[in-house]
Amino acid sequence: MTLLAVESLSKAFGGNRAIDGLSLSVRQGAVHSIIGPNGAGKTTLFNLVTGIYTPEHGRILLDGADTTGLAPYRMAGLGLSRTFQNLQVFFNMTALENVMVGMHLHCDRRFLPSMLRLPRVVRRDAEIAAEAAELLHFVGLADYVGADSDAMPYGALKRLEIARALATKPRLLLLDEPAAGLNPSETGEIDDLIRKIAGTGVTVVLVEHDMRLVMGVSEHILVLDRGTLLAEGTGEEIRHNPDVVAAYLGEEGRYL
Amino acid sequence: MNRFMRLATPRYGGMLGLAAIIAVLPAFLPNSFYFDVVILVGLNAIVCIGLNLLVGYAGQISLGHAGFFGLGAYASAILTGNYGWPPVLALLAGAAGTGLLAFAVARPIMKLRGHYLAMGTLGLGIIISIVLTQEVDLTGGPDGMPVSGFSVLGWEPSGVLVWYWIVGGLLLLTVWLALNIVESPVGRALRAVHGSEAAAQTMGVDVVHYKVLVFVVSAVLASIAGSVFVHYIGFVTPSEAGFVHSIELITMVVLGGLASIYGAVVGAAILTTLPQLLTALHDYEMLGFGAIMMGVMIFMPKGLVPTVARLIRDRVR
Repeated sequence: MTLLAVESLSKAFGGNRAIDGLSLSVRQGAVHSIIGPNGAGKTTLFNLVTGIYTPEHGRILLDGADTTGLAPYRMAGLGLSRTFQNLQVFFNMTALENVMVGMHLHCDRRFLPSMLRLPRVVRRDAEIAAEAAELLHFVGLADYVGADSDAMPYGALKRLEIARALATKPRLLLLDEPAAGLNPSETGEIDDLIRKIAGTGVTVVLVEHDMRLVMGVSEHILVLDRGTLLAEGTGEEIRHNPDVVAAYLGEEGRYL
Repeated sequence: MNRFMRLATPRYGGMLGLAAIIAVLPAFLPNSFYFDVVILVGLNAIVCIGLNLLVGYAGQISLGHAGFFGLGAYASAILTGNYGWPPVLALLAGAAGTGLLAFAVARPIMKLRGHYLAMGTLGLGIIISIVLTQEVDLTGGPDGMPVSGFSVLGWEPSGVLVWYWIVGGLLLLTVWLALNIVESPVGRALRAVHGSEAAAQTMGVDVVHYKVLVFVVSAVLASIAGSVFVHYIGFVTPSEAGFVHSIELITMVVLGGLASIYGAVVGAAILTTLPQLLTALHDYEMLGFGAIMMGVMIFMPKGLVPTVARLIRDRVR
């Protein structure tokens, strides 16, 4: 079953056609990866799908419903969440509070009850805090529950973003370079975490440059080049696709 | 959390401390001049708490907040003076009107960011102050207008001590409401808007809604403080809505500490009392004032209360 589909999507910045009549679909379940050289349009695609950019042409369908042009905050309610390539942690909050913001739509967030601190607001917030702490355990940040996020190491912040994204209870999770800047052992832990997330039934779409991680974790790989879909298939198929090898992996496929 | 730990929180220890200070302070105030200063501290603190929700928590600047203070002040002055409204009704009408105006301008103005938002709010404050100055028939123009005393159901507060308790009570109430907001999902959403708008939106936070909400809340608080202020002073001039007052308010917030409710109170207390204490320095008053400001900003860029709180926390650990 198709969870996410984009149909002849286009987005240009000035004269640069970042996404150029792109069509692709992602079926429910499993881990999918989007790879491609720098400037291929991977992050632009994420920004279009999450509503941060509005496409000039084309449609975006989430579980069959047209979400083209919806504001980003509406997408969270439809079961779409993401992390960011350049960290977008709320550095003015603790780790726990960061994850609690991810549960915004599941809180009692009406203004007057909040301002008067009615018991049900407090009770619901305590439940939210407990759930958020569980999520921090889930991503391996049990030691950082009460930590100020601006005092956490880079690798932990990457996981914090994942925990926060999971807090929205997404059906589709977009991870934008979750292993960027991590050392091999940390990358291995992210690999395990992605499998664990997929194991809970969340569909994961990964943008990543680390080919070892991509080939190891993904069941389905989409290759973008200059805003179009160059190829798709399993890791094995992509590895032996001559177009992909020429455009991205290098003539000898030396990154494999 | 045990009882002792609770005393270290803003909600329990902080409110208890503030209530204790308000309760015992009259014993140390020798005459009505000091009461007068402290009452002004309380009113400025109420405005600053609202402004800190906007600036410190949500990360949106306003250089025109005295305009909202002025709107509340003149709404009370005009509605009670020219139309004979009961003061409480005038106060509520002023707050509602100011809230509506803030709501109307918030959508376009909160789209601006950083320096542009500063310019936009600056312009808004200046427009309000010009209107109040120019509508001579209604407002008395640059000379201002007298305002009748306050009254609730026939009871008229008189004397500085009564006003002291009224303002003290209002301040405590404001602190409580503000802490409630800050520690609720609404407060987290506001801080998320400050931390990263992109991430906040992705988490389902309607960023525009929360910017508008906090702008309106802070404007309404300023308006209420303005209404109480003019009934206490008995007179109102356009300078209450002016640029200089706006700058004073934002300075209080930054000095006391951004994203700190008690910071707003401390900032208001210092910048309201300091000019009175420094009068002994005569010609060097403004020099001393400026030096203190610069010193705090250089050595405590996070503001007084957050810096001191962190020092204490590090020592306890």
